[in-house]
Amino acid sequence: MTRFLLLTPLVFFIALAAYFAIGLERDPTRIPSVLIDKPLPEFDLPALEGFENGFSSRDLSGRVALINIFGSWCASCIIEHPVLMKMAAEGDVLIAGIDWKDPPGAGSKWLADNGNPYDLIGADFAGKTAIDLGVTGAPETFVIDKNGRIRHKVTGPIDERLWREELKPLIRMLEEEDVN
Amino acid sequence: MRMTAVFAIAFLALAAADRSHAVEPDEVLADPILEQRAREISRELRCVVCQSQSIDDSNAPLAKDMRIVVRERLLAGDSDEEVLRFLTSRYGDYVRLNPPLKGATYFLWAAPLIIFAAAAGLSIAYLKRMKERSDKDGKGRAPTAESGGAEIQ
Repeated sequence: MTRFLLLTPLVFFIALAAYFAIGLERDPTRIPSVLIDKPLPEFDLPALEGFENGFSSRDLSGRVALINIFGSWCASCIIEHPVLMKMAAEGDVLIAGIDWKDPPGAGSKWLADNGNPYDLIGADFAGKTAIDLGVTGAPETFVIDKNGRIRHKVTGPIDERLWREELKPLIRMLEEEDVN
Repeated sequence: MRMTAVFAIAFLALAAADRSHAVEPDEVLADPILEQRAREISRELRCVVCQSQSIDDSNAPLAKDMRIVVRERLLAGDSDEEVLRFLTSRYGDYVRLNPPLKGATYFLWAAPLIIFAAAAGLSIAYLKRMKERSDKDGKGRAPTAESGGAEIQ
């Protein structure tokens, strides 16, 4: 019995070491969204400069959609942009954009320079809608189902592999669901 | 004389400035009581981009936006608890620097007690055994390696 008790600190140490080793492997900047399976918060964003329409949460009614948070100031967004352009060209899903915290004109100029992959786009200059969506950085992309629920969130840029292997199958699955 | 005045003004300005917080003048609410509540709530909320600072301390743009949201909600008549609940519903418990007591965090809160109780229990059991042993020896001398107290010299 005493012999076993002597081992307690060692067992304790091994358990703690294993726990910390797992912790080290995890990326602390990835925070899981609590909004998964929750209804998309309502918003009504104004149009970007030079655009006719803004983007309201009601515009999505009954359609599977992606909502991409971006900004002309955001370094990773320019990396993601060509992938979004390709996704838009394939036309599998409605892509909406929220231009987050861009000064007036900056977002429209960025889209004029790099191309506009968005079917719907609105400006969130004050960043309130972003907070409503629990956004921590750009780019972030939400997948919305036909019933207006958030089903998935991508933190960071979408690359081609993620698009083909994760998002596309998910969108196909959501397309087959019924509207309640 | 002039220099003294300049120093006096600089000193007063520094003294008036609250230490280490990031609230900018344009954010401050006119009502000092509401502003005080906003400051207290802000100190409870984590800046989700900087992660180890509260939004009251952080200069990050997102922290500023969150401070403004806190103030707008207070102006709209929300209670402190409602403001915290709103941001928790958007960012999860993670946004609270003081995690709430609930299912997933019971262990977190109970851990210090469990560890203390375990340590106390083991210590008492050990001391009791030592005492029994020394009583048996009759002379109350320290245990030897043979009697199992290997660590005690």
